[in-house]
Amino acid sequence: MAADAVVLERPRTAVSGAALGKGVATGYLSLVVLLPLAALVWSARGGDFWDQATRPEAVAALKLTLAVAAVCALVNAVAGTAIAWTLVRDRFPGKGIVDALIDLPFALPTIVAGLTLLALYGPGGPFGINVAFTRTALLLALLFVTLPFVVRAVQPVLLELDTEMEEAAASLGARPLAVFRRIVFPNLLPAILSGVALAFARAVGEFGAVVLISGNLPFKTEVASVYIFGQLQSGNESGAAAVSVLLLAISLAVLLAIGAFRRWRTRHDG
Amino acid sequence: MARYVLRFGALAYLALLLLVPVGLVFYRAFEHGFGHAWDAVSSHQAVHALELTLLIAAIAVPANTIFGIVLALALVRTRFPGRGLVNAVVDLPLALSPVVVGLALFLLYGRGGWLGGLAGHGIKILFALPGMVLATMFVSLPFVVREVVPVLREIGTDQEQAAETLGASPLQVFRRITFPAIRWAVAYGVVLTTARAIGEFGAVSVVSGRIEGKTETLPLYVQSRFEGFDTPGAYAASVVLALIAIATVVGLRAFHPREETG
Repeated sequence: MAADAVVLERPRTAVSGAALGKGVATGYLSLVVLLPLAALVWSARGGDFWDQATRPEAVAALKLTLAVAAVCALVNAVAGTAIAWTLVRDRFPGKGIVDALIDLPFALPTIVAGLTLLALYGPGGPFGINVAFTRTALLLALLFVTLPFVVRAVQPVLLELDTEMEEAAASLGARPLAVFRRIVFPNLLPAILSGVALAFARAVGEFGAVVLISGNLPFKTEVASVYIFGQLQSGNESGAAAVSVLLLAISLAVLLAIGAFRRWRTRHDG
Repeated sequence: MARYVLRFGALAYLALLLLVPVGLVFYRAFEHGFGHAWDAVSSHQAVHALELTLLIAAIAVPANTIFGIVLALALVRTRFPGRGLVNAVVDLPLALSPVVVGLALFLLYGRGGWLGGLAGHGIKILFALPGMVLATMFVSLPFVVREVVPVLREIGTDQEQAAETLGASPLQVFRRITFPAIRWAVAYGVVLTTARAIGEFGAVSVVSGRIEGKTETLPLYVQSRFEGFDTPGAYAASVVLALIAIATVVGLRAFHPREETG
């Protein structure tokens, strides 16, 4: 009897523990993330949402943001894959340090990233190159902060990829480029796309790294996040909220895409 | 041949984008001597900014660590309606602009917001520490969850179930079986969370009101120094932040699962 009681009791505490965990977890998430976002969407509703979202300055900022983020994502797709390949397949002294260096943009505060680029590529820089307050500067800042995404997405997949298939193709006379295009690239593609999507999302929302170097010139170098900040400073809360809701929608779309890439990758593994 | 072209290209890209700019900030900070840089970072305002930054991290990081582990356990070990939604929401801070995060908090706790009434009861959220902590918690929320979830999936539940049948309480199972298995993932997540918490700029910039000597964190201090034409001060504070970042990178190496070095 006593043993029965113990057996009956145990699952009950485990179940209530799990229920408590679920409750605490969803409660925390709701309070920290969902409630503020709900308040944002609530503030943006109403008649002037469309007027605010289609103001010429807002449209120009959104267009520029999407264009620069797209270019940044493309450069990352190529450079990130090349860096990952070099780190996995190549051997050279100091490789460990280079590998560690990749994480630096994750760890470095974004405002410092902007300042470092301004020191090198701004007025008075040692190479005499001055791109401050141009779209080139904007792209440089975004490339800096998004560097790790593709590299860190591709690296583990490349490590796991067996070289047997590549060797077989090479022994059958395939050139290195053909081996890459026909064997390596198709295996890496889901990982590259996940990394590119994260880099794109990060580039769309970036603020700290661009705020010093871009000059924030309306219609020229003003990106969406800087526009939102400016509208809030000048008291136009509904204008800031309208563009913010659009950025939120872009973020959600990118996350959905990443989820799809992830499922694709697991299907390929299986 | 192609190998060398690729190696040279990859390393040149990294050097021009990362290494040379960061190195230059160190050089600029110390070009007028070490004493000058020290004076800049030991000013009352800079010290206060650093203390505030560390205080915010000291609240946000433990909160996100504890709730991150609970969230990861809930996501992997239980099934409940809306689990997919929770999964997506956890990733959202990674993909969302920090300025949007700041604005959302501003609208929630500001005048006319749903919780704007709190200010009338003496609970000041905006332009004060609680708002800055909430903003930091939002942006650094995913890291512990994202590191712990795959490890929990991999270890499975065999050992936990065995311990349970042998009479261990849920707390004992967690302390003796689950936690030892996930501790390195937790450590890795904590390092990432800390780095993000210390470096956060956009969200904190919106909710802090940037009151000098009161709600100014070190990243905000860098900007205000730079815009106030005190570039040496901005560089010196940047070096402090860059040193924290370098320590983070070293910490990440120490905690990282070994398979990547293969």
